[in-house]
Amino acid sequence: MNTPNTPAQAAAEHTTPAHGAPLTDRGGPAQPLLLVKDLKKYFPVRGGPLDRQKRFVHAVDGVSFAVPKGQTLGIVGESGCGKSTTARLVARLMEPDAGELIFDGEGVEEYGGLQLKEFRRSLQMVFQDSFASLNPRLTMQEAIAYGPRVHGVPAAQALAQARALLARVGLEPSQFGSRYPHELSGGQRQRVNIARALAFDPRLVILDESVAALDKSVQAQVLNLLQELKAERQLTYLFISHDLHVVHYLADQVMVMYLGQVVESGPVEKIYNGSAHPYTRALLSAVPSMDPAQRTEVSPLAGDPPNPINPPSGCRFRDRCPHAHALCAEKTPALQAVGGDIHHLAACHLNDLTSGHPLAGKELNP
Amino acid sequence: MSAPLLSLEDLSVQFHGNRKASALNQVNLELGAGEVLALLGESGSGKSVTLRTLLRLHPASRTKIQGSIRVEGQDVLAMKGRDLELYRGGTVSMVFQEPGLAFDPVYTIGQQITESILAHGEKDVGKAKAQALEMLEKVQIPQAKRRFDAYPHELSGGMRQRAMIALALACKPRLLLADEPTTALDATVQIQILLLLRELQRETGMSVIFVTHDIGAAVEVADRVAVMYAGRIVEEGPVSRIVNNPCHPYTVGLLASTVGPEHRGKPLQAIPGAPPDLANLPGGCSFAPRCSRASAQCSSQVPPLVSGSGGRLACWNPVSQLENQ
Amino acid sequence: MKTYMELAPSAALTEEPPAAPPSRGYWGVVWQQLRRDPMAIAAGSVLLLIVIAAVFAPLLAPADPYKTSMIKRLLPVGSEGFLLGTDELGRDMISRLMYGGRISLLMGVVPVFAAFGIGTFIGILAGYVGGKVNMVIMRVLDVFYAFPSVLLAVAISGALGPGLSNSLLALTLVFVPQVVRVAESVTTQVRQLDYIEAARMSGASAFSIIRVHVLGNVLGPVFVYATGLLSVSMILASGLSFLGLGVKPPEPEWGLMLNTLRSAIYMNPWVAALPGVLIFLTSIAFNLLADSVRSAMDIRR
Repeated sequence: MNTPNTPAQAAAEHTTPAHGAPLTDRGGPAQPLLLVKDLKKYFPVRGGPLDRQKRFVHAVDGVSFAVPKGQTLGIVGESGCGKSTTARLVARLMEPDAGELIFDGEGVEEYGGLQLKEFRRSLQMVFQDSFASLNPRLTMQEAIAYGPRVHGVPAAQALAQARALLARVGLEPSQFGSRYPHELSGGQRQRVNIARALAFDPRLVILDESVAALDKSVQAQVLNLLQELKAERQLTYLFISHDLHVVHYLADQVMVMYLGQVVESGPVEKIYNGSAHPYTRALLSAVPSMDPAQRTEVSPLAGDPPNPINPPSGCRFRDRCPHAHALCAEKTPALQAVGGDIHHLAACHLNDLTSGHPLAGKELNP
Repeated sequence: MSAPLLSLEDLSVQFHGNRKASALNQVNLELGAGEVLALLGESGSGKSVTLRTLLRLHPASRTKIQGSIRVEGQDVLAMKGRDLELYRGGTVSMVFQEPGLAFDPVYTIGQQITESILAHGEKDVGKAKAQALEMLEKVQIPQAKRRFDAYPHELSGGMRQRAMIALALACKPRLLLADEPTTALDATVQIQILLLLRELQRETGMSVIFVTHDIGAAVEVADRVAVMYAGRIVEEGPVSRIVNNPCHPYTVGLLASTVGPEHRGKPLQAIPGAPPDLANLPGGCSFAPRCSRASAQCSSQVPPLVSGSGGRLACWNPVSQLENQ
Repeated sequence: MKTYMELAPSAALTEEPPAAPPSRGYWGVVWQQLRRDPMAIAAGSVLLLIVIAAVFAPLLAPADPYKTSMIKRLLPVGSEGFLLGTDELGRDMISRLMYGGRISLLMGVVPVFAAFGIGTFIGILAGYVGGKVNMVIMRVLDVFYAFPSVLLAVAISGALGPGLSNSLLALTLVFVPQVVRVAESVTTQVRQLDYIEAARMSGASAFSIIRVHVLGNVLGPVFVYATGLLSVSMILASGLSFLGLGVKPPEPEWGLMLNTLRSAIYMNPWVAALPGVLIFLTSIAFNLLADSVRSAMDIRR
């Protein structure tokens, strides 16, 4: 902080608590900011008029995880794995069918716990589609000021704060403040969306494929901005992405999902360098190589992800898994510590020496 | 080298309708038989416009095309009527990004491929059907016989893209245009499609132009890469040269902003700013406003695309020189 | 190694601002698009002319529209003193057409605006709340929808009895279900957009979300649809008068005039056709203008 006169830093100082008391750390550093326990969401599937049997898409089926304070949890997986539904359930944009949310030690919406409104204030979300997430009839500063205004901040103050936030995300307020979404580029709009999320001084920001739609050169700018903001405001991120490179760059913890369930989770270096689940390995080796001399010769997996309406019995990955065994169809593997490391979990019979899988505990080629 | 399969000379495309835009600006490009070229660029770089112009898909009333396109010595811009129909899908065909949108939902996959074969000269329906089935097998659709009678919505994303490739290759085109064919797919499916395209190219000896914004995908399939920016080719060369020794500051920036594990904990070397407005291109080099190496010359004169042994380059102040021999 | 904090200001502020003129806002852009559209200008000018003639009829009309004359019946277009001739009772056609425009335009505009207000309200309610409320509202309106507009208008007017205010009411009732349908479908679309979710994330109440985020984005398309209804309303109103269910003679109204001049069609076809020509012109102009507004409002990303 050797140049405190830059507009961005002035803005940063200017924007802190604008409305109400900031939601402070209550549980201490060891308490995870967010604990999710056994989250479930089933969507009913409409059959034909004569189809009496009710069927469900098991979009999120018993997902539990913790996001430590000040860290970034990356959730990866293919389409239909339930990562975006998980984000929406956490944000309470959707009612979960079952499960618990514990925010900094306090249960959300339970007796004696955190009220939904309070919880929402400490959590914000940035969506993938930068255009759809901005009201086309509001100027950028109005869009950012809207949330604080709803919470009773006087118009002038909310607007001043919005302009300061615009400056912080790298958009000159005098130039961009009174513009409309269609007048901005994708990268600029996504900066506005980030500024809007910050208007509440949230503690947790959910980034749902927030950089996926951006061009590579612009994506790097936004990733840098996200990193700066995280350090500056002690933010915690829940970063949902299908891009393994980006998750590797940004995340501290990684959780891999497949068909609504967590198959592996752990610190980023463990997942990328010592993954224990065959699906994670396949996902990692499906990334195109950047070296023309070492092109991928064999596809790690065949076929598409199966339909989440009828997931396979037992281990859901078994019909695409190169190491599948009769056991995998009978018994559902549970998340278990990998090699005694309680921070690195995988749900695979290969990882469990007592499972009875003939290859359990053996070194495998990805 | 013998006469190239495809040559573009000073190809410029301008759209005038509600919004004017110079989508392509004097693009020169040659493609030999059996060659795979990746057009790499971001949104608005003109990579997709190039493909669509090659097939003459832009509405003539709103598009002004200058320059020339020659495929197998034929002047594409002069084609009319039946010739154009036979050229589209026969000589050159295309694979789209969204296979869900490229198929007609009310006909089966098999019907659509058969119809395409019939439209390009085959008279015998039975033979056309057999050929269509063979195509589905060739793109490794499991249980091709059953999928022949499936409607597009009954197939998964990856299967649909395979069927789309089968449709595109049904009439044995000399040149396949692939417009971001793997962008909408999941990672594990994307790599399957890339491998399939590579295999089919080797087998049929066709040429391919592969449009993508993903350098990784380009590296997997292409022999040569042409990097586009604001409707111009700024650098072109063999894929290994582009990846290992990029010369144009934009290519360097693009490679640097593709994140990898080595970047963890460090700020990324992002290219500042945003791509220019195609309705209002800056004079001189279009990249100059975002370029850290820009000089006065850059903002006044458009750099010519100069050939060297390592390919071609349009830059006044390249990061490293293209060797001239 | 630099930390993010040190890098922050320089890295963030390098986003090059595009050298664009200051923002004109959404309606500014729409207005500019309209001004460039020759069709919009033409249709707008015709409408403006008709509206001015109607509004200022008392000042502009060359003669008394009620003054009859047995000698000067059915004079042809271009007669001396009667620019557009006279009708079957010898009244000055041009004056009657100008005065008639007042009622005809009124009957075109008022029901549409009333239906626009009522329909948008119901539509947004149905669209935003969704679920059972939506189903009940929409199914009830489907009953109205099942009848052709003309039949419905005739039935309601017939039940209420002839007269200006009854025809206005009848026409409003005809248009409400149509407006609701459009408002409901637009609201349902808008409700699923991310910016509504973002607003919900900020803890805004449903009322605030509707007022700030839904209304602005629904009113536009519904308004365009309603502009298209103006011509329908005018034609229906003329139809009602033609059938004797609207305005009563000797009141000048285009539909009624068309009816009474009907018998003169073989004697003086030009004069007899004049009210029809005006109905046609006005409704075409309304339609073209609505089309232009629709395309001008469609600002793509």
